[in-house]
Amino acid sequence: MQTLDSIRPPGSIVIDIENLTKDYVMGEEIVRALRGVSLQIRRNEYLAIMGPSGSGKSTLMNMLGCLDTPTSGRYEFNGKHVAKMNDDELAAIRNREIGFVFQTFNLLPRSDSLRNVELPLIYAGLDPETREERATQALRDVGLGDRLHHKPNELSGGQRQRVAIARALVNQPSIILADEPTGNLDSKTGAEIMSILETLYEHGHTIILVTHESDIARHARRTVHLRDGLIESDEFVQPGEVPSLAYT
Amino acid sequence: MKRLIYELGESWKIAAAQMRASKTRSILTALGVIIGIVAVTLMGTAINGIQTGFDKSMSVLGDDVLYVTQWPWKRVDDWWNYRDRKKIKTEYAETINRMIEKAPNSNLVVAVPTSSLMRSIKYGGNEVENVFTLGTTSDFIITSTVDCKEGRFFNEIESRGAANVVVIGYDVADALFPSESPINKSVLINGQLFKVIGVNTRQGTFLGLFSWDSMVAMPLTAFNKYFSTKSESDVRVKLKDKTKLADAKDELTGLMRRVRGLPPEKKDDFTINEQQAFKSTLDPVKNTIAFAGLFITGLSLFVGAIGIMNITFVSVKERTKEIGTRKALGARRRTILLQFLIESTALCLVGGFIGLSFAFLMCSGLGKAFPDFPIHFSVGLVLMSMIVSVMTGLISGFAPAWTASRLDPVTALRYE
Repeated sequence: MQTLDSIRPPGSIVIDIENLTKDYVMGEEIVRALRGVSLQIRRNEYLAIMGPSGSGKSTLMNMLGCLDTPTSGRYEFNGKHVAKMNDDELAAIRNREIGFVFQTFNLLPRSDSLRNVELPLIYAGLDPETREERATQALRDVGLGDRLHHKPNELSGGQRQRVAIARALVNQPSIILADEPTGNLDSKTGAEIMSILETLYEHGHTIILVTHESDIARHARRTVHLRDGLIESDEFVQPGEVPSLAYT
Repeated sequence: MKRLIYELGESWKIAAAQMRASKTRSILTALGVIIGIVAVTLMGTAINGIQTGFDKSMSVLGDDVLYVTQWPWKRVDDWWNYRDRKKIKTEYAETINRMIEKAPNSNLVVAVPTSSLMRSIKYGGNEVENVFTLGTTSDFIITSTVDCKEGRFFNEIESRGAANVVVIGYDVADALFPSESPINKSVLINGQLFKVIGVNTRQGTFLGLFSWDSMVAMPLTAFNKYFSTKSESDVRVKLKDKTKLADAKDELTGLMRRVRGLPPEKKDDFTINEQQAFKSTLDPVKNTIAFAGLFITGLSLFVGAIGIMNITFVSVKERTKEIGTRKALGARRRTILLQFLIESTALCLVGGFIGLSFAFLMCSGLGKAFPDFPIHFSVGLVLMSMIVSVMTGLISGFAPAWTASRLDPVTALRYE
């Protein structure tokens, strides 16, 4: 095992979580999805969050993605306290700081690639010319410069996910949060997507991968295992190295 | 503010795309609003028409003329108090005119006597029955709002000299002289020949209300000579300044009491009417019709609005995942709220516009079929129905849009 610092120079801290908990009320029962998670993520890290279903993996992802607020604990994103933010403030953070890549792509079916990629820029309030320019560039970056006006149903699964990645990148976010990005793809296409993420990492992006597949997690440089709402292990790894055999 | 305009603009684009994407559904939904707007607009036009018709009929009476009559122009419950009043005599007009001349600051201009009967008129083989036949003086033209289309009203010489001349209404002229000019022709009234010297400008009849179109006027002297029996007489008095109606009314009451020689303790044995009094008896009827009509047609618009609300709820439900995605990408609550509000409003506006076009076509059709019915398709009505459309959209879209804006992004993203 090597520490991250020996692989790359340390970046500034982007995400700083301390003792985060999240309780859900399900009927009469209170489900304690997170029981006190502490985590620091620096700029230009490539981190995989792993864990079986029910481990709190999704809940942690929702917290990291500012889609939900914790029951207790501290969460600083680029030095801003997001745990106490209201809906609209969280929306602004998601818009500017976080690029989402979903398992099901989540493209708007009736809009073409360009319009889909423009969406975060619309919510950022950019003028139409800048939007189109930046969205076109983002699509070129993922190799879809010739698919600007195709609708999602005219694209293959891999192409759809690349549109989604372009959309995640277009607003130059601090982190890219990919939730099972290869879950709906065959292994060859999945490998393509992973290589795009690898390239992004090499260009200095911060990537957080949420997955239950160790094959996918292996691409990351750091692996966080969750179990029963707690961090079970947090390891730095060389690419290609199997981080842990515990859940394979 | 700039941000809001930006968001509004983007929401319009999204709404337009949404409507294009689901054309059938949009048209079916808009149909409810289309029918509603057609109904409301047509009803509005009809009410406007009724209003115009009433006003037009009222204008015959003139808003600067007082009428001295035996009976008041309103429903009376104590009719026995009026039945035994003395008849109004045409001679009163002369007496009043002399009094007006002597009074330096009088609010009154001139008093004109009128007597009327229903009589038949004949010319050649044509006959019109039950024509409102009026006997009056040449001063009548001062109190009347009606002009002559052809010829002229009788003059003072004819008026004093009991000349057998007559001015006829448009419809009477049309019936008696379908293919020639009536001027200088002689018509037969009650076995007497009268020379037609003028034809009134067409006024139009409305809901059977009184109209000059179906009457004839002749000098009172001639009228008295041939049909003095059982005629109804009034005196009408023209005002100097219609804003001082109350003063003028008081003055005329005083004059009439002197004419009738009433001691101070006795009540008036005549009534002084004005257009306003007549209007105020008709207004409640008119308003009830308007209210009931608008209420009933408004119901159809309400049904349309429920359709819009329903479809917006369905749309929100169907697009839950899309809402989740939009929120994840940074859409704020207001953005989502606006998006769905504008979608429902756009539907209503499109419906309103189509409805208005239909209503316009139907109005022009009706206008051609019934030229007498005064149909007015006003700018105000167009504006009103557009405002109603927008309001319908906003109100019916609000509940679903609110629901959408409050969706939890985590739940919405997970929705399948």
